[in-house]
Amino acid sequence: MNDETALLSDDLVQRTLGAALHTGGEFAEVFVEDKRSTSAMFDDGKVEELSSGRDRGAGIRVVVGETTGFAHTADLSETGLVAAAQAAAATAKGGGGGTRTIDLDRQSATRPNEVQVLPETIAKATKVELLGRADQAARDAGPAISQVMARYADSRRRFLVANSDGVLAGDDQVRTMFSVSCVASGDTGMQTGRETIGRTVGFELFDEYDVEELARTAANRALTKLAAVPAPSGEMPVVIGKGGGGVLFHEACGHGLEADLVGKNASVFADRVGEQVANRSVTIVDDGTMPTEWGAYAFDDEGRAGQRNTLIENGILTDYMWDLLRARRAGRASSGNGRRQGYQYLPMVRMTNTYLGNGTDDPDDIIASTERGVFVAQLGGGQVNTATGDFVFGMTEAYLIENGEITAPLREGNLIGNGPEVLTLIDALGNDFAMGSPGTCGKDGQGVPVGDGTPTLRVAKLTVGGTAA
Amino acid sequence: MTDELLAIADQVIGWANDDEQVEVVVVHDRDTEVRAYEGDIESLSSAESQGVGVRVIKDHRQGFASAGTLDPTVLAETLADARDNASFGTPDEFLGLAEPDGVPIPELALVDERLLGFAPEGKVAMALELERAVRAADDRIIGLETAEYGDSMSAAAVVSTAGVRAVGSETAAFLMAYSLAADGDDVQTGFGFSVAKGPDGLDIDRAAADATERATRLLGATKPGSERLTVVLDPFVTAQFLAILGGTLTGEAVQKGRSLFAERSGDLVASPLITLVDDPTDPDAFTATESDGEGLAARRNPLITAGVLNGFLHNAYTARKAGTRSTGSAVRGYSSTPGVGCQALALAPGTAAQADLIADIDNGLLVQGVSGLHSGVNPVSGDFSTGAEGLRIRNGALAEPVREFTIASTLQRMLLDVVAVGSDLEWLPMNAAGVSLVVADVTMSGA
Repeated sequence: MNDETALLSDDLVQRTLGAALHTGGEFAEVFVEDKRSTSAMFDDGKVEELSSGRDRGAGIRVVVGETTGFAHTADLSETGLVAAAQAAAATAKGGGGGTRTIDLDRQSATRPNEVQVLPETIAKATKVELLGRADQAARDAGPAISQVMARYADSRRRFLVANSDGVLAGDDQVRTMFSVSCVASGDTGMQTGRETIGRTVGFELFDEYDVEELARTAANRALTKLAAVPAPSGEMPVVIGKGGGGVLFHEACGHGLEADLVGKNASVFADRVGEQVANRSVTIVDDGTMPTEWGAYAFDDEGRAGQRNTLIENGILTDYMWDLLRARRAGRASSGNGRRQGYQYLPMVRMTNTYLGNGTDDPDDIIASTERGVFVAQLGGGQVNTATGDFVFGMTEAYLIENGEITAPLREGNLIGNGPEVLTLIDALGNDFAMGSPGTCGKDGQGVPVGDGTPTLRVAKLTVGGTAA
Repeated sequence: MTDELLAIADQVIGWANDDEQVEVVVVHDRDTEVRAYEGDIESLSSAESQGVGVRVIKDHRQGFASAGTLDPTVLAETLADARDNASFGTPDEFLGLAEPDGVPIPELALVDERLLGFAPEGKVAMALELERAVRAADDRIIGLETAEYGDSMSAAAVVSTAGVRAVGSETAAFLMAYSLAADGDDVQTGFGFSVAKGPDGLDIDRAAADATERATRLLGATKPGSERLTVVLDPFVTAQFLAILGGTLTGEAVQKGRSLFAERSGDLVASPLITLVDDPTDPDAFTATESDGEGLAARRNPLITAGVLNGFLHNAYTARKAGTRSTGSAVRGYSSTPGVGCQALALAPGTAAQADLIADIDNGLLVQGVSGLHSGVNPVSGDFSTGAEGLRIRNGALAEPVREFTIASTLQRMLLDVVAVGSDLEWLPMNAAGVSLVVADVTMSGA
């Protein structure tokens, strides 16, 4: 399936790199991508539409000193590529140009997993049929379910990347996802519940997951919330359920460990490698090689093989995450974290699958030993200011903890805290690690697929921003 | 460029079969982005992108396909894909293309010709000057995460077998600074920006001053306690809330049972001080447009008048289903079918400046920024809770800075609890204008 050579011949890659280096660039890169996607939406009781998309083009960058020039084109003819290479090179007036020919060395990497069933080989009718089953199962969960939206999506992204260091690599990334969101209506108004699965696999995703089961989970979340009470407000212990809180560590520490932000002093973790930044039980890893996970790949978008990188080990900050450019300046190797949303964008440091590893506590004991607080089964989206470490997250499924027991469901509310502080405030860590829902991480206007995971854990105090007095 | 786009769209429409409806949207964008860092150009990106989206409706079934290229062979493939996709849709009697409705397309001044000839050197100079201005503004500024100049020239055409044939183009330029201020170990961030249709309208001093003040005035911020109080939302914060509110006022949200304002048309849903209009024909709006995503004329749509809900926004589909006319509110990119959305929302401004609004408050909070608003608002239930930072208001004056807390209420209550609207209306780089807004009885949760 590694037929990325079909994207561009080695000859044309070399001529394009030559054009990019003509004005004296120190480094040049060509990235060619072909992405095809299918999505189907079931809403309001019917198949609203089936949609297909196709994107194909090349992005070219040229680096001189601290300056990067970048241009992209959807025209993959030699004329189109050379024009883009010249536009990218125009910024790089480094003087001594001339002609350089780059010898390309094809890189190899082990794929995290092999795709079993390419989604393009599955009939559209089969994909659409999954949606109808999910809709029916959700509506059967209770008469209060007033609306169901189900979505199927798959994508196949092939790319080739080559640079003036001689690197030539390609990848073929297939992802499939399915989501159901439900609205339940009752005396107290409307509430929503959602469930999403997504993996770096083909249609075999549905051998592992039953869409009707997913639909029931989403429906039950919405139904449960009809009885929800306003979330409390103020500082209190917060227990986060297994798999439900990885996004917190993605936001609260992951972003602050990205070398581009560290390099601009825009991270609270700058200059802290080797220091104790967290409780000793805390180990945080970013792993692009986890088979089938949403953020997995054989190669990053700069031609570096995906890696498993330990960021914090037993509470000690061990390393940042690096892309090629930042690593070159620091005189080290990239950590395989150079990613881009598509050929239209410059790569930068991005996470893959980021997780907090297992501790030794029994998850039931963690809840039983919490007098009063909040149990968050599922965190929603969040945001962090990496310079201050302050973060905020929505709680999409949360409950009160009273006298060591999970009690009333809570309405929407946000959690707010500070990343470095939270790391030192984890006072219980379960032994029930699980990966969470697939996510899209946004940074500087680019979205990339990422995964996350945690065991059950307790933060001694976080601010819960509810409306209850 | 607009003629070329129309020609491409006409070509695809020419391939339509007699028994199907076809709509083609064709777009072309040219963007430049320059980032400055420590007195150098960090990056200069120039991009030319194009795309086509084809919608086919046959026997009341809809299919869609798109491609990020205008390559002639791909055009035919895209139409074929859309046609095939249509055969899997569920028949829906209300599906159909927008029909020309006789509303004339307004002629707005949305292109600044000077941008077309603005050389890269000038763009680089503006980014470098922006960075220099922020660094020079205050000793406590230790650097910038971003100092950026950007511009875009875009053109789009929509042509359909129903007789729609619309085309338009527009330009935009912006400056954006994201600064870092420090006092000892305490670091705070602030942003400033300026947007216009071309480089002449950009205000470097304003962007630099905002980025500096927003960061430096938060130095020394602490976590406040929890209480209920009156808040003043800064214009940028108000605009973010309006954009979310606007999403609930569409025919799509109502018909799918997802609007908390369904069945409330004609009711008092907000303080009588609230008059809200969606008007993409206001040429000052950043998102002003002559025609909507289905090629119908853009128009002024009042949504709330003196607190009373007027109605909802519609595209052709939701209008047909509701038995009314499209309000010209179809929104889309080339890679999706038209949804319904706000295009340029604004509150009718009041008469008091922000400083005068603050002078009337004994115990309150100026909310300078919010974070996690999208994850913290449930537009179906109306509940919201968002991270915030800002300055306390004590005895009519700004007091100590505060951070790491949330503000929470519901959209329904917040609209009713508005006690004043400021006079400081400004268009922002989004689909809503900002204005200072005073809201009573909001929960602040901190320590």
